[in-house]
Amino acid sequence: MPYLILRIMKTMTGEIKDAVKAGIPIFIGYVPAAIAFGILSKNCGITLIECFLFSSAVFAGASQFIALNLLSIGMSPGGIILTTLLVNFRHFLMSACLSTRTGKIAKRYLFLIAFGVTDEVFSVLSFKTGRLSKTFIFILQISAYSAWVGGTMAGYILGGFLPEILGKSMGVALYALLLAILIPEIKTSIKALVLTIASGLLNVFLIKLDILPNGWSIIVCIFIIALAGSFFITTKVQEEVYE
Amino acid sequence: MNNIIIVILGMAAVTYGPRLLPFLCLTNRQIPKRVDAFLQCIPVAAIGALIIPGVFNAVPDKPVAVLSGMAFTLIFGLWRGGIIIPVLGSVAVTYFVLFFTV
Repeated sequence: MPYLILRIMKTMTGEIKDAVKAGIPIFIGYVPAAIAFGILSKNCGITLIECFLFSSAVFAGASQFIALNLLSIGMSPGGIILTTLLVNFRHFLMSACLSTRTGKIAKRYLFLIAFGVTDEVFSVLSFKTGRLSKTFIFILQISAYSAWVGGTMAGYILGGFLPEILGKSMGVALYALLLAILIPEIKTSIKALVLTIASGLLNVFLIKLDILPNGWSIIVCIFIIALAGSFFITTKVQEEVYE
Repeated sequence: MNNIIIVILGMAAVTYGPRLLPFLCLTNRQIPKRVDAFLQCIPVAAIGALIIPGVFNAVPDKPVAVLSGMAFTLIFGLWRGGIIIPVLGSVAVTYFVLFFTV
């Protein structure tokens, strides 16, 4: 029995170690982006409490920036909420992707896990090999959430002390984070590289075409490119099944 | 209740809903192979469209600064990998380019 406990603890710590290792970069990547959000919301005339609620209740990077933008041009709450729905509907596809990868997890935990499916958390989770345990997911999400909420507050309160261009340059952090998460993937798979670039180009094209409402182009890109990719991947999937 | 609180609560609801629904419907279900292949392609498709072209507007009016920062992330990421240095480095490079071009 003690041996068994020892073994479980050993696997647990291994898993926790993995999760912390994956969580620290997310934390560090989120902080500057969150600071940028805090600074921007103060400039938009939002109160500290509202700013805290924004990051703690919504917890969605890009769409919070979009919402600030829309608030400042005077869009109605209904319009902003609808835009957010369209922009964040991509998380529907991301959650669908993750839901097939989780091991046996009790339903009550799924309610919590779903709250933390951001682009960056999703990206890290989706490139992790093997089944996803709730411990791993939670540790990753807690690192992301604490960085996002803490960074937002820090940006709001201390933003005035930062040089303006430093605050501005932090806007690049979320994109750099996504790219850094992606690089190991495109390094090992030509297909991943082709799909990524194709998706970006398609998005540029759709935005230039300007027939879709704000935010929908990303969803259309994910759908079309993942569909195209699924035709290339079939043989590989079957190989894995037969192994 | 003021407008901003309404916006926040509404945004929270429409963000959480789409994140939750698939977990409730799909978890522990047998997924057809074709659908699974589609789902496995979502990450790269999503990241591609999330980065391009949004990154060009990450710092308004100064795409050069952002592109320098991202170039650093790409080069360092391909060379040594990791996340922390590529991310913090991109902010630093963007800052320096902004600093010297403004």
